[in-house]
Amino acid sequence: MTAAAAFFYLFAGFAIASGFMVIAARNPVTSVLFLILAFVNAAGLFVLMGAEFLAMILVVVYVGAVAVLFLFVVMMLDVDFAALRQGFQQYLPIGGLIGAIFAIELILVVGSWAIDPGIVRTPIGQTAASEGLTNTQALGRVLYTDYAYFFQIAGLVLLVAMIGAIVLTLRDRPGVKRQNIAVQNARTQAMAVETRKVPSRQGVEV
Amino acid sequence: MTHLHSVMPTIGPLLPEIMMAVGAMALLMYGAFRGERSVEGVNVGALILLILTFFVVVSGHGKITTLSGAFISDNFSRIMKALILIGSAATILLSRDYFQRERIDRFEYPVLILLCTTGMMVMASANDLISLYLGLELQSLAAYVIAAFHRDDVKSTEAGLKYFVLGALSSGMLLYGASLVYGFTGTVSFPGIVTALNSDSTGLGIVLGIVFIAAGVCFKLAAVPFHMWTPDVYEGAPTPVTAFFASAPKMAAMAMTVRVFIGAFPDVTAIWQQIIIFVSIASMALGSFAAIGQKNIKRLLAYSSIGNVGYALIGLAAGTEEGVRGVVVYMLIYLAMTLGGFAVLLAMRRKNQMYETIDDLSGLSRTHPWLAFCLAAMMFSLAGVPPLAGFFGKFYVFAAAIKAGLVTTAVIGVVTSVVGAFYYLRVVKVMYFDEPREAYEPMPPGIRIVLGLSSALVVLFFLVPAPLVAAAGAAAKSLF
Repeated sequence: MTAAAAFFYLFAGFAIASGFMVIAARNPVTSVLFLILAFVNAAGLFVLMGAEFLAMILVVVYVGAVAVLFLFVVMMLDVDFAALRQGFQQYLPIGGLIGAIFAIELILVVGSWAIDPGIVRTPIGQTAASEGLTNTQALGRVLYTDYAYFFQIAGLVLLVAMIGAIVLTLRDRPGVKRQNIAVQNARTQAMAVETRKVPSRQGVEV
Repeated sequence: MTHLHSVMPTIGPLLPEIMMAVGAMALLMYGAFRGERSVEGVNVGALILLILTFFVVVSGHGKITTLSGAFISDNFSRIMKALILIGSAATILLSRDYFQRERIDRFEYPVLILLCTTGMMVMASANDLISLYLGLELQSLAAYVIAAFHRDDVKSTEAGLKYFVLGALSSGMLLYGASLVYGFTGTVSFPGIVTALNSDSTGLGIVLGIVFIAAGVCFKLAAVPFHMWTPDVYEGAPTPVTAFFASAPKMAAMAMTVRVFIGAFPDVTAIWQQIIIFVSIASMALGSFAAIGQKNIKRLLAYSSIGNVGYALIGLAAGTEEGVRGVVVYMLIYLAMTLGGFAVLLAMRRKNQMYETIDDLSGLSRTHPWLAFCLAAMMFSLAGVPPLAGFFGKFYVFAAAIKAGLVTTAVIGVVTSVVGAFYYLRVVKVMYFDEPREAYEPMPPGIRIVLGLSSALVVLFFLVPAPLVAAAGAAAKSLF
């Protein structure tokens, strides 16, 4: 058994096990953490196939953004998972039946597929590697030359999304005290201190 | 390091888009740094930018494809961009006073209109599926935000949310169709698709792809059976925003529809023609019958826009050069009629209260004779009464349809326009023969300009139709 195969079984095994734990874990935060583990293992599988760009993107986008977002949602929304699980026993037969039907259909469909042996033997990264480029370089060359136009418009789309989020949610709340360093520095003694003559036995109005 | 193979592409034809994008970002920076005081300046700047871009667009000529074939600049894209820019500029003129009175005038609004317009221009110039989709998303995303711009108003936020959810669904359908077309032809560029379809027999995958793309574009056009969002969104969004939705994005959606079907699938007309005929007949029928019961003018104009898209699509269904010319002429006249109608709606204001039902128009001829005259002209024109502009719009599409052998569709179109005349003329009756109500406040200058120009086009179109029809003809010619 080569090292590549050993790593494949390692990553694949972890991916499947953590995928199972995502649905089996009692605590939703643990589920999300297992989901992250599944993503990382999937990224490992991509590296084994020579698709290092996809692996990086998977870690950056899914682990870095999506899963963390999930984590926030799970932590901030007080979802009562115990209540959601209620009636699990009651709905198990019908749910199981639908699941079984789907499984049979999938087996029938996938079982009749004939996969071109040429595809199986060609790693994803091979086409780019043959020109002496990694696939990150190859993608970058296309993205910033032929597809520069699309890249720019996608940037504008993101700009609109940002403006939209600010326009629709940012509010100037009155009464919020903010630190203004310029004003603080410009304070003079006259602004801060008031000197009054205090007449004897009368006091002053404050 | 191996050398890069690509050279800098020609970006001259992109000048209008670059101007719009850079201008929008510059105004955004100006607004962000100046804060609330910048609203007036950003509005004026946006208007100037739109007008400048309009002149740059109309001064272009010839047919140029650039950026590896993703971008095309031809007569068709230029005339549609000109219409889009007119619609956007008119929206900014219409919005100013309304937004000030509603206390929602923020500098982001004109910036979003500009970015939305940029997206629409990208759509009009799209020559492959990726740029089409990106332009569409840029346009839609900005449109969702401005629909919900009155964020403290329940109706406006509801409109924004509805528009967003349904719009995202339609984008998904379009994208799915596009992926099928890409999968079965192996290319995303429109000329490439034409070649691929010529060499191959058309498979089921292509048919499915075209159906999904058609569903996506019909959604954006608000054509039946994908129109459900239109009345609610039009009613809920702030009125100037509704005027915008009914004008410029319709031009862009129509440009996109024509470009996809004529540009990418010209030789498989049989597949999409029946879809377009069905959508067109259903839109015309629904536009006429559903509008009869409406009391709210915004909803009435929403149904009217659904019907009008149906008429314009007849021209596309014909699939000929004349048909496309009819579509362009129709959209031009529709733009003037819609903007005029919304200008009147925005002029209906009394003591800081907007009025938007048909009953509020009663006796308008005695309190505001000119306003009533302009609206009557719009209504007669929408009903298709000669010699007003609306008649010519219908005439060109029906003539093209009959020439292409779609006699039944043309006849149904005439029948539904007679039905439509009922509710258009009812508005005229309410204005001229019912008891007058209290007068409205005088119109702000922006609304006055838009109403004056659109009325002039609608009333006087028959005197000099030749240059506009010739321009539309040249636009249609560039597609074939």
